[in-house]
Amino acid sequence: MNIVVCVKQVPEVTDAELEINKEGAEILKEDLEFDINEWDNYAVEEAVRIKEAHHGKVTVVTLGDEDCADVLRTALAMGADEAIRIDEQGFEFSDAAGIAQGLYRAVRDVPFDLLLTGAQGSDDGWAQVGLTLAELLGIPYASLVVGVEIGEGTITVHRELESNTQEKVDMPLPAALTIQTGINNPRYVSIMGIQKVRRIEIKETDSEELGLSEAEIGSQGSRVDSQKLSLPPVGEGADILTGSLDEICEKTAQIIRDKGGVM
Amino acid sequence: MDEILVLAEHRQGELRDITFEMLFAANTLGKENDLATAALLLGHETSGLSGKLKGACDRVLVMEDPELAHYNADQYLMALETAIKDRKPLLTLIGHTAIGMDLAPAMAARLSLPLVTDCVDLSLEEGRLGVLRQIYGGKINAQLAMKPSDHYLISLRTGAFDAEVEQGKSGDVETIPAPAWTNLRGRQFLGYVEAELEDVDIAAADILVSIGRGIGKPENIPLAQEFADAIGATLSCSRPVADEEWLPKSRQVGTSGKTVRPKVYIALGISGAYQHQAGMKNADTIIAVNKDPMAPIFAIAHYGIVDDLAQVLPVLTEHFAKK
Ligand SMILES: Cc1cc2nc3c(=O)[nH]c(=O)nc-3n(C[C@H](O)[C@H](O)[C@H](O)COP(=O)(O)OP(=O)(O)OC[C@H]3O[C@@H](n4cnc5c(N)ncnc54)[C@H](O)[C@@H]3O)c2cc1C
Ligand SMILES: Nc1ncnc2c1ncn2[C@@H]1O[C@H](COP(=O)(O)O)[C@@H](O)[C@H]1O
Repeated sequence: MNIVVCVKQVPEVTDAELEINKEGAEILKEDLEFDINEWDNYAVEEAVRIKEAHHGKVTVVTLGDEDCADVLRTALAMGADEAIRIDEQGFEFSDAAGIAQGLYRAVRDVPFDLLLTGAQGSDDGWAQVGLTLAELLGIPYASLVVGVEIGEGTITVHRELESNTQEKVDMPLPAALTIQTGINNPRYVSIMGIQKVRRIEIKETDSEELGLSEAEIGSQGSRVDSQKLSLPPVGEGADILTGSLDEICEKTAQIIRDKGGVM
Repeated sequence: MDEILVLAEHRQGELRDITFEMLFAANTLGKENDLATAALLLGHETSGLSGKLKGACDRVLVMEDPELAHYNADQYLMALETAIKDRKPLLTLIGHTAIGMDLAPAMAARLSLPLVTDCVDLSLEEGRLGVLRQIYGGKINAQLAMKPSDHYLISLRTGAFDAEVEQGKSGDVETIPAPAWTNLRGRQFLGYVEAELEDVDIAAADILVSIGRGIGKPENIPLAQEFADAIGATLSCSRPVADEEWLPKSRQVGTSGKTVRPKVYIALGISGAYQHQAGMKNADTIIAVNKDPMAPIFAIAHYGIVDDLAQVLPVLTEHFAKK
């Protein structure tokens, strides 16, 4: 089983105070920490587990700037064997279809039985790149996968639906899956672990080598004309309780008593 | 007249709310821009469903085939492709759901259509489509202006529009033939998998103390449990807590977990991603504790505490212990 996994580096935003640049087109990223997209972490883990059970090779691919080699190193430390980085140049302001074009050109020559991506990026949340790739490659696929069983030339997967239900589908290999969180427990990667893989060479490529013209990617290739970012309006919003910790808790306790009928 | 095509979503014999939400969005946009609304119903033995759609659109297009009995990407792609090529609608709406997320990206790639996923609002001005999305877990709004196109594909977020669509229309029901199933890739639907038996039903609780990733580590869960015990509440959680198996999946609130409507919902260290909000926003009173004052949860909470939950919880519990 040879497996290709697409991984993306994303800024950590849950605890961060986000600011928007002057043009209103991007958030300011200088002060943010970056990490592997949460969904991709599960995808790499799943690939490595399948490899451990069925042999073969795991290749990880990212499209991003030089710093994005970090997510490839993380994946290598988790057990991936090879890594490819497509340089971001030319892809700035691509939409999801443009990113998928870049990844498609890079993976179509890698022999694989299974292509994994995350279900979505935690940044733009397109949830689009994985299945666009499947269609470009002309292979069967399933999204939002929370369970995998490998058969003889086939794969059976559980797809997550709404309200804690799932469906079971199967399909022939090669196939593409988009991985949902919770499918496994990703292994922890230590700095030591990353040190150990530092000698593995990361294969580098770019839009030119992949034969993509300016018209196909970047802002020219994008179907989006412009993007204007803003902070969501606060609206009614919560009544933020103030005072000392004890006063705040006193007020909260009163609210819980009043609204919850607690004695 | 140009058309907006809405892919009606149904599962196990029931139309899903998103169908009516999309019709609501389509009718609103249609009224402003002189566009008709057509619902596309793909299925097998769906006669009970078209009647429910008729009043909410100008036309119901029904494609019946045993191959369409259950959602399957292979057949749905072909069926939708046939309908889009035939009707040439200006806009096709699909739900950003387990079905739509599985279908829309491949459909867009196959027909080379501009696709915008997970939209919360739409506008049309002189044929130019404007779309509102939320990015970075709901912390940023993104207003996109699309390049001109004869056809757009849009997936709409669940809950972004009202499901109580006006029923004043009287759409004609028209049968359209299924395509020859020639371009299938061998994906088979095998069946639905029922959720495992649960320990407690969080939907039945009057008060929920709900923990998110902000709880930090499983060792902190007793802090929340003690508080819940002190006020007679049940413990629930956001997805990452269930993913980590710190609490059972049956305790998860949200689109892929449970929908709850308690008297009081106390969100501890939960950012308030829309998939979570969808499961709890109708609680009578929502109290959120989060150290990030910009967390989206504060937009729907009634009361907020901006602080570290590990500091807040013991003091709060104490208020009930001593009375
Ligand atoms: C198809 C699909 C279905 C999904 N279904 C669901 C679902 O059913 N339910 C669900 O919940 N999610 C669901 N999700 C995931 C959802 O998108 C979010 O990723 C998830 O809700 C985030 O959980 P969280 O708020 O606990 O974590 P985070 O987003 O990481 O937020 C943690 C919060 O804790 C705060 N915090 C950190 N430390 C502290 C502290 N010490 N004190 C106080 N606050 C602190 C942070 O400021 C942050 O706001 C789904 C996603 C997809 C793609
Ligand atoms: N720049 C990228 N490099 C590598 N993989 C990516 C990139 N962008 C998206 N992906 C993959 O596609 C998935 C879905 O991303 P998106 O469609 O952007 O939400 C991610 O989880 C990744 O697996």
